[in-house]
Amino acid sequence: MSTILRTEKLRVEFRSREMRQATKIALCGLDLEVGTGEVFGFLGPNGAGKTTTMNVLLGFVPPTSGAAYLFGIDVRQPIARQRIGYLPELTYYYKFLTAEELLRFYAKIFGLPRAVADQRIPELLKLVELEGAAKRPIKSYSKGMQQRVGLAQALINDPDLLILDEPTSGLDPLGRMKVREIIQRLKNEGKTVFFSSHELGEVESVCDRVAIIHQGELKALGRVADITGTHANLEKAFLAIIGFQLQPVS
Amino acid sequence: MKNIFAVAGVVIKELYRRKDFYVLFIVTILICLVMASINIYDDANIVRYLKEVSLDLIWICSLVVAVTTTARQIPAERENRTLLPLLAKPLTRTQLILGKFLGCWLACGMALLCFYVFFGALAASREHEHWPLLNYFQAAVMHWFMLGIIVALSLLGSLVFAAPSSNSTICAVIIGGILFVGRHLDQQALALREPTRAIVNALYFTIPHLEFYDLRDLVIHNWPLIAWKYIGLALLYAAGYMAVFLLGACLVFRRKAVN
Repeated sequence: MSTILRTEKLRVEFRSREMRQATKIALCGLDLEVGTGEVFGFLGPNGAGKTTTMNVLLGFVPPTSGAAYLFGIDVRQPIARQRIGYLPELTYYYKFLTAEELLRFYAKIFGLPRAVADQRIPELLKLVELEGAAKRPIKSYSKGMQQRVGLAQALINDPDLLILDEPTSGLDPLGRMKVREIIQRLKNEGKTVFFSSHELGEVESVCDRVAIIHQGELKALGRVADITGTHANLEKAFLAIIGFQLQPVS
Repeated sequence: MKNIFAVAGVVIKELYRRKDFYVLFIVTILICLVMASINIYDDANIVRYLKEVSLDLIWICSLVVAVTTTARQIPAERENRTLLPLLAKPLTRTQLILGKFLGCWLACGMALLCFYVFFGALAASREHEHWPLLNYFQAAVMHWFMLGIIVALSLLGSLVFAAPSSNSTICAVIIGGILFVGRHLDQQALALREPTRAIVNALYFTIPHLEFYDLRDLVIHNWPLIAWKYIGLALLYAAGYMAVFLLGACLVFRRKAVN
């Protein structure tokens, strides 16, 4: 199994205006390795540094020190993003475009030939059950539909690595099930999925390995069963790892 | 190159799907139509006057379209966070800037073409002697290249000033200042003492002289054509300024965090 995603002593610091230019450490020496065909869960409480890690991997934020690689290529090179698909936490798409136009636009950015795009776009719209709404502007879509457009755009280039930032956030149970199905399907196709989530039950059911970060530091990394260990489930293990004490209800 | 054209295509689509653009367009055309319907004593000077007012209106409208459209491009992408899925693709930031520039400039060009065709038809209906097509062509091309400088400047401004409104206002003030005061700076410098004189002189030679591109009189008074070599030089001068502003925009955007 070759490494598809790697971070080496990744450190990100922000200068916060609110803190009068004090430095906030978002990530502190993060070392991660994700292999081909893995479904990797990236967990942590809010503000732990999950989204910052993804932002570094996608080239949005430059690391203060350390390095990150996708397919062995430094993430600062745009070519590193040729074989990845990214689904942001919320729906950030051009609302004046239709789903079909949006997918065609992204297909052009990936340099897909027109014939391939013509074949792939209807397939994806069918996969996310939006074929009936393909010609409607995205602004007229419900939140769930917008999230499904997001999933379709993340798959437009048939990526080898899918980076999903809380893919089921804001979805109804049916939508969540659909996302889980797609992740499972991608796993069966040998694709790598790197995703963050607060839905620990979901993570437990689909992930091969998980990493837990807290306050920018890696606290645990391993197979789900190893991390769960003696705890009743992943949620209990997660709470113990981040040092949260359950208070007995009086 | 494909990526640049893809981004430009989306910019053009956005502009032509916005209602405020059509409102501006229709209002300009309506005012021009009303102006054209005025007929006092069949006097040629009145026709010239009407042409001047209509061209002024087209100039103001084109400046508003260029500044407001460009000023909001990158800030709106950041605010709506559409920049995230876009930059997660194999698209460089330079390609994004160039695509935005090309889209805005082409959109301005299309709007300008409509305005000039409409204005030309309107003028032709009032002046029956001849229709100076090449005068219109020279005026429109120079106008379009001037808008290119303004689009590039506004794009650079949008990376420095985060809010579209503040960027639009600052760009409008700078452009107004260049158009109305820029040409007189060298004369003003003569009356000043050093080092202010040197500073004003330096400013005179640094700013893009947008007044070179104002060929309204050529159309209004049906003056003889300007030699093409001078037009060519002016277009090269504009291209130089566009390149400088775009380079500045690329350098500013290159290291900017977009989270």
